[in-house]
Amino acid sequence: MTIQFNDETFRDDYSFHNSQWAIDRFPFPFHEDSYMYAVNMEQHRGGPEGSVYEKRFDVDEHYVAEMRDRAMVLADDPLRCQSLPHMTLAGWDLLELIMVSKSEDYPDLFELHRDGDTWRWINKPMGIDDTFTFLDETTLPYGPMEYITRQAQGDFCVLDQRDDNLWMDAGMVTTQADWSLDFDIGMNFFEWHAPVPLAHEKGIFKRALKFLLNIQQGAPARRLNWTMTVNPLLDTSPENYHKWGIQKTTLTPENIGAKQHLRVELQTFFRLPRSNALVFPIRCYLCSFQDLMTKPKWGRRLHRVVRDLPVELATYKGFIDNRPMMLDYLSQFDDGLPTSPGVFPDEENTPPLSS
Amino acid sequence: MSKFDFPPSIKSRPVWGTLEPRPGAAHLFIADAHGAEAILDVATPDLMAKGHIIYIPRGEDFADKLRALNPAQFYEGPSYAAAVSRIRRTLEDAHMGTQVYLSGTEGLMGQAMNEAMQAGIEYAAIQTEHRGSIARRMQCVHCKGITEDVETDPFVCSHCGLNLFVRDHYSRRLAAYQGVRVDAEDHGNVPAPKGIYE
Ligand code: HEM
Repeated sequence: MTIQFNDETFRDDYSFHNSQWAIDRFPFPFHEDSYMYAVNMEQHRGGPEGSVYEKRFDVDEHYVAEMRDRAMVLADDPLRCQSLPHMTLAGWDLLELIMVSKSEDYPDLFELHRDGDTWRWINKPMGIDDTFTFLDETTLPYGPMEYITRQAQGDFCVLDQRDDNLWMDAGMVTTQADWSLDFDIGMNFFEWHAPVPLAHEKGIFKRALKFLLNIQQGAPARRLNWTMTVNPLLDTSPENYHKWGIQKTTLTPENIGAKQHLRVELQTFFRLPRSNALVFPIRCYLCSFQDLMTKPKWGRRLHRVVRDLPVELATYKGFIDNRPMMLDYLSQFDDGLPTSPGVFPDEENTPPLSS
Repeated sequence: MSKFDFPPSIKSRPVWGTLEPRPGAAHLFIADAHGAEAILDVATPDLMAKGHIIYIPRGEDFADKLRALNPAQFYEGPSYAAAVSRIRRTLEDAHMGTQVYLSGTEGLMGQAMNEAMQAGIEYAAIQTEHRGSIARRMQCVHCKGITEDVETDPFVCSHCGLNLFVRDHYSRRLAAYQGVRVDAEDHGNVPAPKGIYE
């Protein structure tokens, strides 16, 4: 299908919106009526047609607007994109992976023409047509990682692998759930995960790291993570928390359906060929509560998950103060009927909400 | 001065040790304030014969006692900032097998550790021991300014003036903990400051 790109904003007037198509394919993250941290990883080998899992790098109606927002964040704060000196080769690996994947998966939107080291890259939605020399930084307007991630939705962490650990040595991070690349750069897997509650004690990070260290080229993996965001604000960074934190207090019973968003991250893991680095794209999807509630299964389930979530997680995810108001709203969409297993809305088999 | 028992914390927070004499081609000691006491405890004539002490007193008067240990080289500096170029040079010149001993405040150890790693000293050749003030070196996540010797939580960023709470999340690259606006969700509601470990 051809994608109609939205003209929308993720700040100020927040004109961000999801079409019916985007709501239908929203990556609802709960496969059952409760949630706890787990080593929830699977192979990233496509998925149902039209779903966000189908392509290696999903492109949707928010693409152009998200790239505009990223450019604004970077203009305000260039430290959101950093690469330690030894990571340049990994940046080229990433550029290649994204260009090849997007031109193969979306031939109507992206084209890559390679003639030896001379590459021509055409990005139609963004109006880019650049010719450069692969592995020659002087032929691009930015370093390779910055160049390509200014044209790819989601954040990107590029991890160096050494000493049986992963090191956050490069990244493009402008749509993060409240963590700072500038602070975390150079840290290892356990250090940057230090603030996460409960998961260390459960041995989750030890097992997850072992899995990641063994990811092979051509066999990417994925997982989902989620949090809550008031207003469709992509840049929920700690850097700007002194400005956006107050927005959490603007929820009312009247506006919560429109303002409160479930924020889901589709996280993927790819081994890079030349550098042996691992790239970790973190793709953020936002959906308002009122749009989620149009799927009866999701309405019932979200209420139960939010209600039963351990206090530690609700606190870490930053919505403990708003949880009572969320539950007042969500409980209207839970009639107590059972839900079917799995994340998909399963509309054929789901009874409508009984009043 | 007795040693402070840091409560258990998250995995990014450094864990400090206790200095012990180790065999080595040379011994470099970098300390501030009460860190001198850790050197006095570990020093042996053997270590001092190949020893270089870099000491920043910060108002404490241990310099004469350290000098009396007769290290091969002794330097007393007025501040870390004044001493850092000498520290860098010394680390660059360090031979294989040099043992590094850091003692004193977390700010001093964190920064000197960083210099040592950048100079290519092996992690296993660096020892640490906390002594003296438990104040923290803090980075404001908003303006990026560093405030040294923070003793209370919350505190005022010495650069942008925001009231920040003191996190345990620590960056070795910055040798600093993270400070985040405490009243971001309720402007003006700043709790009374108390000691970080109170
Ligand atoms: C190598 C790739 C990964 C990177 C770069 C990464 C990075 C991060 C970062 C920066 C945070 C925020 C920590 C903070 O509060 O400051 C986080 C949170 C978290 N990470 Fe990862 N992570 C990776 C892989 C994984 C994997 C494989 C798991 C699997 C279990 C995982 C589980 C989590 C969990 C459970 C949280 C807390 C999220 C929440 O409750 O919202 N991470 N990660």
